[in-house]
Amino acid sequence: MRKDRVFKIVLLSGGIVIIILLSAIFLSLVFSSIPSLKEFGIKFLFSKSWDPVNNQFGAVPFIIGTLLTSIISLLITIPFSLSISIYLSEYLKNKTISKILQTLIELIAGIPSVVIGLWGLFILSPFIRNVQLKLGIPPIGVGIFTASLILSIMIIPYSASIGKEVLSLVPDEVREGAISLGATDFEVVKGILLPFSFKGIFGGFILSFGRAFGETMAVTMVIGNANRVPTSIFSPGQTMASLIANEFTEATSTLHLSSLIEIGLILFIISMLINILGRVIIRRVSF
Amino acid sequence: MKKLFLSLIVLGLILSLTILYGCKKEESKTPVELLGAGATFPQPLYTKWFDVYYTKTNGLVKVNYQGIGSGGGIQQLIEKVVDFGASDAPMNSEEEKKAGAEVIHIPVALGGVVVTYNLPGNPKLKLSGEVVAEIFMGKITNWNDPKIKELNPDINLPTLEITVAHRSDGSGTTYVFSDYLTKVSETWKKEMGVGKSLNWKVGLGGKGNAGVAGIVQQTPGAIGYVELIYAEQNGLQYAMIRNKSGNFINPDLKSISEAANVTIPKDTKVSITDTDNPKGYPISSFTWIIVYKEQNYGGRDLNRAKALVELLNWMNTEAQEYNESLLYAKIPDAVRKVNEDNIKSITFAGKPIK
Amino acid sequence: MEKEIRKRVLKDRVFKKIITLFTYLSIIPLFLIIYFVMARGLKYINLRFLTQLPKPMGEAGGGIFNAIVGSFIIVGIASLIAIPIGVISGIFLSEFKESKISEFIKILVDTLQGIPSIVIGIIAYLWIVKPLKHFSALSGSIALSIMMLPIVIKSTEEILNMVPNEIKEGAIALGAPYYRVVLKVLLPYGFVGILTGILLGISRILGETAPLLFTAFGNQFLNLNIFKPMSTIPYLIFVYATSPYKDWHNQAFAASVVLIIIVLSINLIGRFFEKRWKT
Repeated sequence: MRKDRVFKIVLLSGGIVIIILLSAIFLSLVFSSIPSLKEFGIKFLFSKSWDPVNNQFGAVPFIIGTLLTSIISLLITIPFSLSISIYLSEYLKNKTISKILQTLIELIAGIPSVVIGLWGLFILSPFIRNVQLKLGIPPIGVGIFTASLILSIMIIPYSASIGKEVLSLVPDEVREGAISLGATDFEVVKGILLPFSFKGIFGGFILSFGRAFGETMAVTMVIGNANRVPTSIFSPGQTMASLIANEFTEATSTLHLSSLIEIGLILFIISMLINILGRVIIRRVSF
Repeated sequence: MKKLFLSLIVLGLILSLTILYGCKKEESKTPVELLGAGATFPQPLYTKWFDVYYTKTNGLVKVNYQGIGSGGGIQQLIEKVVDFGASDAPMNSEEEKKAGAEVIHIPVALGGVVVTYNLPGNPKLKLSGEVVAEIFMGKITNWNDPKIKELNPDINLPTLEITVAHRSDGSGTTYVFSDYLTKVSETWKKEMGVGKSLNWKVGLGGKGNAGVAGIVQQTPGAIGYVELIYAEQNGLQYAMIRNKSGNFINPDLKSISEAANVTIPKDTKVSITDTDNPKGYPISSFTWIIVYKEQNYGGRDLNRAKALVELLNWMNTEAQEYNESLLYAKIPDAVRKVNEDNIKSITFAGKPIK
Repeated sequence: MEKEIRKRVLKDRVFKKIITLFTYLSIIPLFLIIYFVMARGLKYINLRFLTQLPKPMGEAGGGIFNAIVGSFIIVGIASLIAIPIGVISGIFLSEFKESKISEFIKILVDTLQGIPSIVIGIIAYLWIVKPLKHFSALSGSIALSIMMLPIVIKSTEEILNMVPNEIKEGAIALGAPYYRVVLKVLLPYGFVGILTGILLGISRILGETAPLLFTAFGNQFLNLNIFKPMSTIPYLIFVYATSPYKDWHNQAFAASVVLIIIVLSINLIGRFFEKRWKT
């Protein structure tokens, strides 16, 4: 009996550790952001200038950079991941090919971010550079567009697997009912499956958006590291995560460091909100 | 099942033993690992030095140097997380105040910041300080601009957009570059200023001298600023810059050394950009190793302080043999003397280190 | 009527073709990446590359031995931290799944998993590097363990949820005390699932770079002391890739090949086990 009580306490502490860990992370970020919070207040979220010389810091270029790359990458991803979900759950009957395909797609998710960044820097960028030369724009190769492409490659597996799971939750009777009424597969998908699983798929996209939002290494290597609001899709830019990766070890003034940590805090809060939103939507999916 | 658990435990034990062994090795005798961080400007030189030093001390002294930018070096020194910081920009008064204790600056090499570019045919361009300033401020945007043509009448400049490459990290190289441009361009002084990190209006950011060199190497029409060796080692062309006397100077060992013919103050903090010397290259700079005068901090012991002082003395003397092959100029004798005295003033618990 | 049906069938066929096209298009990046990385990297892998230390900046040659050892040590320690805590938390979540606190903690675990890796790097710097005034392999390990934790917790919880109630009830009916039921009955039953979580977690953190940028910091020399900076393979790839030296670029590719092989192998093994118990 005694041992059981001790044991249960051990188990409980395993759970409590998580609570403590997460609170500690949040509090540390807030605490270390205080100098910058005090100095800039809410203006931080609206100021465009990141000026270490004059100790003026604002988050706008990076919020925009992060939003742009995440949204564009999501837009690129949607047709592909939707296709994969539909293909794997509705069209492909052959089990072996299905398994192979799934493994291949999930393998992409397994490639380390820095290797994808390496590939992006040495193989994708020169390619984009050639395209830019032909289009008559500065052939920098790196930038918002390249970073978005890379991100979409990274989140397709994630969003496709969620989509497939959601689609497979639709009961077979519904499909069979529609088919027996003479519907083509396309009509089953368009008229029944997608509306039914819309919430879940949408939730999956939100989660993938969250993934893209926080990605660091691959983006740092191909985004161009320009601390300005991007003017076009081919401009260089900077995301919140890549900014921190570049400047953290060198912020000499307390304000600089604190501003970087505040960016980390913003990143933390937004990722958390997106994550919770996505999961709440998915959890509501049930038939 | 049990076998797997057992093997996991064995693995864990092996890991723990490795850790303990690694830690013990530190305490056992004199082997010392010193940690330095900072400027990428002299990094090729330092990594060569420390590789040689490792062999010279028969593996007893490992110097781990990480090139994270001068700003990083100073920051980590202030945090007391490294044994020495390396920077092309001496610490300013705010930084010294944050350090809380007296620091010593030891210039150990001379380098030049060159303006490097990627143009078809790799022509050797002549540029003036004002034109360089305008390019890097985004006011001159194309290679066929008349202001560039004016200085290079014999060269066929293409109609190609200029892509500026600058540093994305806190850089002493940026400091030296902007220090020079502030002296030769009123507009630069007003709009950009001097600093390790600037509020760039145009261009791509690269991490470290290596990052900027990488961008220039890969982008047609790019222009950037890097230490001489980075341009040389990577086959990048660089410009001759017009100095104060009106001469177009090609950056090399000689012209960089000529720029250093100045009087050295005791704290060694001196800027040699925009030199008066008619044969001097105008964007030259010392690069410093920065240490705390009082070495008894953060749990250091005498052994470690001794190793650091020996290293510093070596850098000030024998190590200089390696400078020129890597295109860094040796420090002038006058500087060496000042360094010797400064190194002698380093103490441990108040006592000089023998 | 005929025309109507023909139109619908046509739409169906076109749709199928588009879907199939897009699906197979999306695996192309995988092949492009693996092909180009292998093509450029394989030829530089040799015994010297795997067993030597790096040469000074700008000099050709040298190897990545210190990075390989460093990765092994840092990931090893991270696992030693994450596995016990993760398994215990996973058991908790599965055993007490009705309670409100369990629901709450599940949301927290999801949140933890979604934290960008660079933020975890900041945290490890604030908690360990700054107070101890040291960059160290240990701080890197702690950062990585925080990232590994949610993966282990979720796998553990999932597999334990799948244990049929009869097994548990049977053990209790035989008079076994609670802790024995968990340790001697549930855990062995769910072992494969837990192992999956561990393997997937390891393969994930082996490739992580961001949290190590300001914790483990990197080291040109071989270092076995966890209280000092240590090099790792992904960090080395990052530094070499962003340099202008062609030799370093080649080494970055070669190191990537090594990393991909290790990570994907562990990943595949993990997924192999996962399929076994998820069905």
